[in-house]
Amino acid sequence: MIHSLFLVNASGDIFLEKHWKSVVSRSVCDYFFEALERATEPENVPPVISTPHHYLINVLRHRIYFVAVIQSEVPPLFVIEFLHRVVDTFQDYFGVCTEAAIKDNVVVVYELLEEMLDNGFPLATESNILKELIKPPTILRTVVNTITGSTNVGEQLPTGQLSVVPWRRTGVKYTNNEAYFDVIEEIDAIIDKSGSTITAEIQGVIDACVKLTGMPDLTLSFMNPRLLDDVSFHPCVRFKRWEAERILSFIPPDGNFRLLSYHVSSQNLVAIPVYVKHNISFREGSSQGRFELTLGPKQTMGKAVESVLVSSQLPRGVLNANLNPSQGTYTFDPVTKLLSWDVGKINPQKLPSLKGSMSLQAGASKPDENPTINIQLKIQQLAISGLKVNRLDMYGEKYKPFKGIKYMTKAGKFQVRT
Amino acid sequence: MFGMSTNNVSYNEQGSLESGVDAAHENSSIPASVSGGLFSADYKKNEDLKEMLESNKDSQKLEAMKRIVGLIAKGKNASELFPAVVKNVASKNIELKKLVYVYLVRYAEEQQDLALLSISTFQRALKDPNQLIRASALRVLSSIRVPIIVPIMMLSIKEASTDLSPYVRKTAAHAIQKLYSLDPDQKEHLIEVIEKLLKDKSTLVAGSVVMAFEEVCPERIDLIHKNYRKLCNLLVDVEEWGQVVIIHMLTRYARTQFVSPWREDAVFDENSEKAFYDSEEERKVEQVKPYIMDPDHRLLLRNTKPLFQSRNTAVVMAVSQLYWHLAPKHELNIITKSLVRLLRSHREVQFIVLQNIATMSIQRKGMFEPFMKSFYVRSTDATHIKILKLEILTNLANEANISTILREFQTYVKSQDKAFAAATIQAIGRCATDISEVTDTCLNGLVLLLSNRDETVVAESVVVIKKLLQTQPSQHSDIIKHMAKLFDNITVSMARASILWLMGEYCEHVPKIAPDVLRKMAKTFTSEEDIVKLQTVNLAAKLYLTNSKQTKLLTQYILNLGKYDQNYDIRDRTRFIRQLIVPNEKSGALSKYARRILMAPKPAPVLQSAFKDRDRFQLGTLSHTLNSQAIGYLELSDWPAVAPDQSVRIVEVVEPVKETGAPVHGKSKPGKSSEKFYSDSEEEEEEEEEGSSSEDSSSSSEESESESESEENSDDSNKSSSSQSDSEKKKKTLKNKKLQQQKPDGKDRKQKNGNAVKGQSRSESESASESSSSESSSESGSELDSDSDSDSGTDQKKNTRSKPVQSTLVTKVEKKEVSLLDLDDFSPAAVPSPKSSILSPSLLSDLQGLSISPTQSALQASSPVFVPETSHELLHRMTGKGLSAQYHFTRQPCIYGNSMVSLQLTLSNGSDQALENIHISEKSSTGQNIHRFNAIERLEPQASVTVSMGVDFNDSTQAANFQLCTKEDEFSVSIQPAVGELLLPITVSEADFSKEQGKLLGMNESSATITMTPENVSSQSVNRKVVSVANLGVIPSSQENIHRFAGKTVSSGCLVLVSVALKDPDAVITINTERTVMGSMLLRQLKTALTNSDP
Repeated sequence: MIHSLFLVNASGDIFLEKHWKSVVSRSVCDYFFEALERATEPENVPPVISTPHHYLINVLRHRIYFVAVIQSEVPPLFVIEFLHRVVDTFQDYFGVCTEAAIKDNVVVVYELLEEMLDNGFPLATESNILKELIKPPTILRTVVNTITGSTNVGEQLPTGQLSVVPWRRTGVKYTNNEAYFDVIEEIDAIIDKSGSTITAEIQGVIDACVKLTGMPDLTLSFMNPRLLDDVSFHPCVRFKRWEAERILSFIPPDGNFRLLSYHVSSQNLVAIPVYVKHNISFREGSSQGRFELTLGPKQTMGKAVESVLVSSQLPRGVLNANLNPSQGTYTFDPVTKLLSWDVGKINPQKLPSLKGSMSLQAGASKPDENPTINIQLKIQQLAISGLKVNRLDMYGEKYKPFKGIKYMTKAGKFQVRT
Repeated sequence: MFGMSTNNVSYNEQGSLESGVDAAHENSSIPASVSGGLFSADYKKNEDLKEMLESNKDSQKLEAMKRIVGLIAKGKNASELFPAVVKNVASKNIELKKLVYVYLVRYAEEQQDLALLSISTFQRALKDPNQLIRASALRVLSSIRVPIIVPIMMLSIKEASTDLSPYVRKTAAHAIQKLYSLDPDQKEHLIEVIEKLLKDKSTLVAGSVVMAFEEVCPERIDLIHKNYRKLCNLLVDVEEWGQVVIIHMLTRYARTQFVSPWREDAVFDENSEKAFYDSEEERKVEQVKPYIMDPDHRLLLRNTKPLFQSRNTAVVMAVSQLYWHLAPKHELNIITKSLVRLLRSHREVQFIVLQNIATMSIQRKGMFEPFMKSFYVRSTDATHIKILKLEILTNLANEANISTILREFQTYVKSQDKAFAAATIQAIGRCATDISEVTDTCLNGLVLLLSNRDETVVAESVVVIKKLLQTQPSQHSDIIKHMAKLFDNITVSMARASILWLMGEYCEHVPKIAPDVLRKMAKTFTSEEDIVKLQTVNLAAKLYLTNSKQTKLLTQYILNLGKYDQNYDIRDRTRFIRQLIVPNEKSGALSKYARRILMAPKPAPVLQSAFKDRDRFQLGTLSHTLNSQAIGYLELSDWPAVAPDQSVRIVEVVEPVKETGAPVHGKSKPGKSSEKFYSDSEEEEEEEEEGSSSEDSSSSSEESESESESEENSDDSNKSSSSQSDSEKKKKTLKNKKLQQQKPDGKDRKQKNGNAVKGQSRSESESASESSSSESSSESGSELDSDSDSDSGTDQKKNTRSKPVQSTLVTKVEKKEVSLLDLDDFSPAAVPSPKSSILSPSLLSDLQGLSISPTQSALQASSPVFVPETSHELLHRMTGKGLSAQYHFTRQPCIYGNSMVSLQLTLSNGSDQALENIHISEKSSTGQNIHRFNAIERLEPQASVTVSMGVDFNDSTQAANFQLCTKEDEFSVSIQPAVGELLLPITVSEADFSKEQGKLLGMNESSATITMTPENVSSQSVNRKVVSVANLGVIPSSQENIHRFAGKTVSSGCLVLVSVALKDPDAVITINTERTVMGSMLLRQLKTALTNSDP
């Protein structure tokens, strides 16, 4: 299926190649570079490119293009999903997935790619299996290896590979048994000029960090499972139990994993945590524009709105912006025309505002469109949909684990049209 | 070549020795193999590596190998080290060995002779007791692409395919493909191995062997028969990548083996099933043999369903395409949510998913319409994502939602991304042709765009206007005139050419202007673009024919200019035109027809989706994405007219002993993992028996995972409660009898394998009950619960009772289905009546915003905050002699008239005969003005259709009475609107709100104090309650405890202002409106809504 993989950095150099079948010359990437040149933005490169003999499927993550070479019909999502899995694995192993990290660990990268794919078909993509085969590089291990002459490569077939719970290895031991769950919800919204909501929905995930000895069997139940409209599970969740009882029952993987992602039914009205008052205007014939922005909390259930970051792509005609924030700092990049304002926490008594003027290119006509404002924010200890975990129980093991649950609300793709 | 010299500075891991060589390498434009000229330079460095490889210390060797792998990764040639490397293939150090393997696989093809040296090591490793070593030896051996070792590979594969370890067998399955690509002549032998491995019961092997099957012998569909049910049952437990491959293969398989579930007269198995139980079935005997879904077909659909919840996007897409290509149409709606969920994923995933949704939405609008807002464009989307979303929005446009969509488009047109703005204009054009009610509105909006400052926008508008005008030119001479005025300012050649063409084509409508334009063109002819010149010549010719008095000289002048043009196309065209229009002796007969040739009526261009013909490719495939057949694409066959023999899938029952290749692992480690083994197999069991509620976990057996088919019966009877198992047995026997009657030929065999038959029959009966429930849901309307009870048979009732949780879940889903079904692919028989008269001013004002400087009205209509899904009964099917009708308020501005309330009517035919000519009779008893829907010529049995209509209630809640007629009957029906539906939401600023409120005091104000129940106090729930009662817009409020809502009455446009002030625990509702009667009615309803505690 997947013939070869080329890694291309932001400046258009191939810095790693791996072939699973006969070698494909890297000149095949010329077609990709053509597409790259044509695209105005890095994101605009089409994910699937057809060439006379091959097909190129690429994903862009961390400013690196992962270009897979395909020779025959294959579901494109299969390749895309796999490439993203490769990136996730790199990130898991090296902490970051950058060109430097990949180059520094080129041998581990090669060993990983060798295990993840056999003849172009995925072999082992489950993180805990890979980690038994190839141990992640740490400074301590490197030192130990040089002294003792042992290796990073496992000699036995990972236990997960054959078991019915491939995501969990056997013989896990912890002195402190803990299970933490983070309920994180993101609000995606488009707000129109007048402040009314055009569309808003809530997407949530439950990320878990489970460090439990042995083979624990967990069940997690919600106070209000009806809120969850559409869900997707980690393979460990027993689907039938969910269908019948709306209970999450699972043998957890070891360590960090995403247990569940969900969508809150669109019938419910979504609470919008902030409002934006804006006045962005350009006058015809003048080279000045006015910019005024005020933020305020709206429906926050009494919680504080933190880590607020406002960004906006100003029209191309704007040369510079001279603004005055009432709190926080702002930056304006005159090349990309990106304005970002790091607001921090919103104080309801003293609403943060950003006011000032923009200078426009002399003689240029006034921009057609006012910029869109993107907002990022965080609200701790609140799941905005009202989702609540009822209880977590453990079966199958004797000890009493420490359990913790945390709620958080963030803005996802939160846009205000002006 | 994309030099790496920049990186080299920062990245110098290979040490100083190399760097000089590296630099030399960068200059050669072809990597690896052709770098021979640099060999001498390489030589020295490789000496060093060679030395390290030949040292005694493993650590030295390892270091050398790591550096070599670094070279390979960078795409540099390291082939001359082959002899030194290959010596280490038998190293004890496992990491070193692995790196040697990496090297071997990379270079063996180039150094075939030397590669042979390593073969014996692998052969030895294949006998190693460690399964990982056996597997990796086979992996490398099969990856060495040296033709000489084909026999050895073949032998090793055969041996490995019977290995005890499923992991080794999986590797063998991968090796099959490698050998096949190396030597296709081995196909026959390889098929034997595939056949053997297909029988494997390990979930680990299943995906890989199906992959091998797809690559080596996809045409041998017969190999699948015996394994079909096993694959279906194993599917949930196969690893995710294998799932994708198996699902695609099974889709293809099912299309060859089962008959189409899409038949027009499809009657689902429920009916035939019920006939066994209740004789008082109303249904008449069908003349046509009813469609009964093959139980195996149902098995596939049922077992793939849980995979919609997979975290792997490729799996979700694969199941979606399986349902799209295999499931009965009424079950398709399950796809929607999952696909919409994928839109949250990475950009690349979005791209593929949106493409597939675009194809689906052309055929079935109804599926995605409720999720329309998920396709709204964000300014941060990549351009190709934006354009795909636009495509989908356009596909989803219908009479009910067009105003919302156009309002959204209005924002897009102003986008900074000009490619996207241009695509939006195209999309507006498509909406205008598809929905004739808004053609004029769109056209006016586009004309306003002509004064836009951006050239691409103007050009695109002209082109789209040209296309639109072609459909109805006569009424639009003013638009043509307007364009002529703009002509001087437009510089984009395509746009200029389009205007010229319009002038020529409709010169009779603008007799005064056209010659003037030609005069101007004559002046600038030489400096125009070619495409403009051609159109100028065209215009000249057409004017000469219609108005030769004024234009004769001009035409001759232009023809002369054209004659000496640099471009041969223009010279040719000029010559041709001259011969055609200017009569002389030579031209003869043809010039007589010149007028008919040039002025022939031309068919209007069809604006249609680029995804129109994509459905010829299987969804989710590469070919679909590229819209051209990719190498190795396997076409999806059409359904067979008659189903092939079903008995081929029946499997001989093997004694439930451990298979020969039982996992060593599972046995040796019974403790904890086998515990999971139980619960897992239980899961599978549960899946098998969707209908039963038993939760008994202890009794399932260990074998059931591997032997699920033969085991399910015995397990089943253990598990289900006694009463249930009784009834189930009854069903079984009945079913068995029936089966045997149906297929007397297969009788012998079945008696031998009684077990298998039972298994099959059970699944069949289940599928029956399952589809019966969904069927009944599609029949029943809003009062779903009561209806489905009375409609469905006993089995369904049992289900609902024994499993309350699930059944409510089911009904919830079904409810959704109903509203979706309504809209399915019956796009309302549109193309209605009068033209400009119905143009609603509100829509026009929407489009007016398209111009740059919109005059902002204080009362801007906005889209509804909340659209209730509840529909109301208009006509019950008992009183309607089979015809049932429901209506619901769309809460959108009505496109038929600005004082009308827009309604959506769902008509379904519950009888068994087609109903003809369904319409609303002309006479209305109460004098309301009703915009009727166009008569529906024919409604098939079990079909339903959604139409939209408008009623002017004159701002009163008096019911609208009218006659709903079919060919034979007339039924009096009435629509009683709730007061909240007679409003349209508006947005005003908070200040304006207070100002307006101040004007409406005294008699116009009504208020009430209520005590809120605690759960209603949150602002969210107040908002929700209010907007669900009345179609009002939410006004952003700066005070936390005051909520404001604004709307206007539909007919008279009077303001209705609602404010709710919370004063714990009381709340004051205030309504300000001139329509005091409506105000007090609304107040009463809000009071009840806000004091009731139910959600």
